[in-house]
Amino acid sequence: MTRRVVVVGAGPAGLGAAAGALRAGAAVTLLDAAENPGGQYHRMLPGAFAAADPGRLHHGWRGFERLRDHVLGHARCDWWPESAVWAVERPDRGVPHVHVLRGEADGAGRARHVLVPDALVLAPGAHDRVLPFPGWELPGVHTAGAAQALVKGERLVIGDSVLIAGTGPFLLPVAASLLDAGAAVHGVLEANTASTVARGWGRRPWELPAESGKAGELAGYLGLLARRRVPYRTGRAVVEARGDGRVEEAVTARLRPDWSVVPGTERTIAVDALCVTHGFSPRLELPVAAGCALRDGAFTEVDADQRTSVPGVHAAGEITGIAGAQAARTEGLLAGWIAGGGAPDAPEAVRTRRSRDRARAFAARLAAAHPIGAAWPGWLRPETVVCRCEETTYGALLSAGGDPSRNSAHAVRLGTRAGLGPCQGRICGPTVAELLPDAGGNPHHRPVAQPIRLGELAQPPVENPIENTDRKESAR
Amino acid sequence: MRLVDDDPAGRRDVPLRITVDGEPVAGITGQTIAGVLLASGHRAWRTGPSGAPRGVFCGIGVCFDCLVTVNGVRDVRACARRAHEGDTVTTQSRAQGDLR
Ligand SMILES: Cc1cc2nc3c(=O)[nH]c(=O)nc-3n(C[C@H](O)[C@H](O)[C@H](O)COP(=O)(O)OP(=O)(O)OC[C@H]3O[C@@H](n4cnc5c(N)ncnc54)[C@H](O)[C@@H]3O)c2cc1C
Ligand code: FES
Repeated sequence: MTRRVVVVGAGPAGLGAAAGALRAGAAVTLLDAAENPGGQYHRMLPGAFAAADPGRLHHGWRGFERLRDHVLGHARCDWWPESAVWAVERPDRGVPHVHVLRGEADGAGRARHVLVPDALVLAPGAHDRVLPFPGWELPGVHTAGAAQALVKGERLVIGDSVLIAGTGPFLLPVAASLLDAGAAVHGVLEANTASTVARGWGRRPWELPAESGKAGELAGYLGLLARRRVPYRTGRAVVEARGDGRVEEAVTARLRPDWSVVPGTERTIAVDALCVTHGFSPRLELPVAAGCALRDGAFTEVDADQRTSVPGVHAAGEITGIAGAQAARTEGLLAGWIAGGGAPDAPEAVRTRRSRDRARAFAARLAAAHPIGAAWPGWLRPETVVCRCEETTYGALLSAGGDPSRNSAHAVRLGTRAGLGPCQGRICGPTVAELLPDAGGNPHHRPVAQPIRLGELAQPPVENPIENTDRKESAR
Repeated sequence: MRLVDDDPAGRRDVPLRITVDGEPVAGITGQTIAGVLLASGHRAWRTGPSGAPRGVFCGIGVCFDCLVTVNGVRDVRACARRAHEGDTVTTQSRAQGDLR
């Protein structure tokens, strides 16, 4: 009998996984909450824009189009757009059941489905991690990812006078997209010092040639900044945003290697938008709900073939480690191949493993060049908001953390409401865990992965409607 | 906040119209509700528990800062929902005593 594989997420990792599982001979159901495949890296323009040259905004667009058309057009693949996985559960300790809502984002009365696969590949990706700073809740302060998603996904330029700050290679493509879209970018501030960045890049130089594609992409961005006279400054960060009802100025300061602020180096700069990122947070609610073990409490643990600790559950892409789109795609190919019943020692699996390992080694180099400095809480003030939803301040958190009667994550949350607002701690969870290490608790535990309405919950779901291939063929 | 003009991606704009708290707002087909709001000069539309203004933060459906009511249905992420011709959008608030 044909194996049925469900793939959650159609970014580079999920599309790769679908291709791998199809190649192994499985029937695939590929789901994404978005209307289009591509994920964050290959975010597509809406069909209604009828863009003549969408590839102009992307790297590797031809390859993406080929992969997308191959997967979505395959007779054994069922593509479910606008399908949010809101829960996974293991009623019988076997492969988890996948609970899906189909329909417009946050609509009322979406159709409920439950899929019961032979194997599951999780590839939900990540979102920006932004460390709090005074004023970060002002309108006009955005994640760098928001700026990128809006310009790539709907050609909206987030501001005319923009500063991009934080840490990581991701600052560069965001700057490039905004420049290309005609924004004035005042600068790109990398919080790590030049020596930290250089040390990360200089490690194991023999790995560089193998990943010359990605290194070339990054070098191209630096060249663009130089041509447009946009300064790329290391060892400098935004430590405050100011404005009346919206951001009007950013305060920047020089940082030491541990990210402590060098006093007296503060400067203010007028902006109408500030784009910040300090790396990425993996979306761990689905793997955690499926019972998958985590590595260092931060990523989904996988073996050399992308299997998680739960039989039949595989993981790929940013939830297994932040390694970029190329690594995500190769992890997906391998995860899908194994999930679809492919042999681990098949020549193509061996090849895929090798290119995945090269991409991961390159990512490790980038991660070493862009760590988060331990002294960053130095720029917080007692009144600085840490939990955006509940407006819990740094001062309130510290006093709750120091109160022995509240010495558990649960008690701190109830006492301060940090992490209990609409985002369910997605944004502040890792930060609260870092500021109060003794409080414990799993910041990724979230029984509902995507919002579901009471009326929808009350509807009985449609069971296991994995399309049978013959039906799809005859419908064509 | 504006759309790329003379777009090298070769975009075709089909106008649409929604209302926001009763006021007509023009956009183009394919934009999200957040996109329509931002491109028409609205930087913030929701308020937090203290009454502080909020708009788009994460842009990808994770932070819930951008929630609006669409055609009577509350808590819709404006950055994740496409705008449709004639959508009635009302803004929301978490401030005490503000019933939006
Ligand atoms: C906003 C943003 C923009 C980025 N832009 C770039 C860029 O321009 N260049 C670059 O090099 N890197 C970029 N990155 C980094 C990017 O994460 C990786 O390069 C790459 O996209 C990771 O691939 P992935 O397949 O692991 O995850 P993603 O590409 O994030 O794909 C995950 C997919 O899963 C879907 N999903 C998640 N949860 C669910 C659920 N519960 N139900 C259904 N579907 C779900 C999402 O809708 C998404 O389409 C960006 C990251 C973010 C957050
Ligand atoms: S801006 Fe974060 S959910 Fe919409």
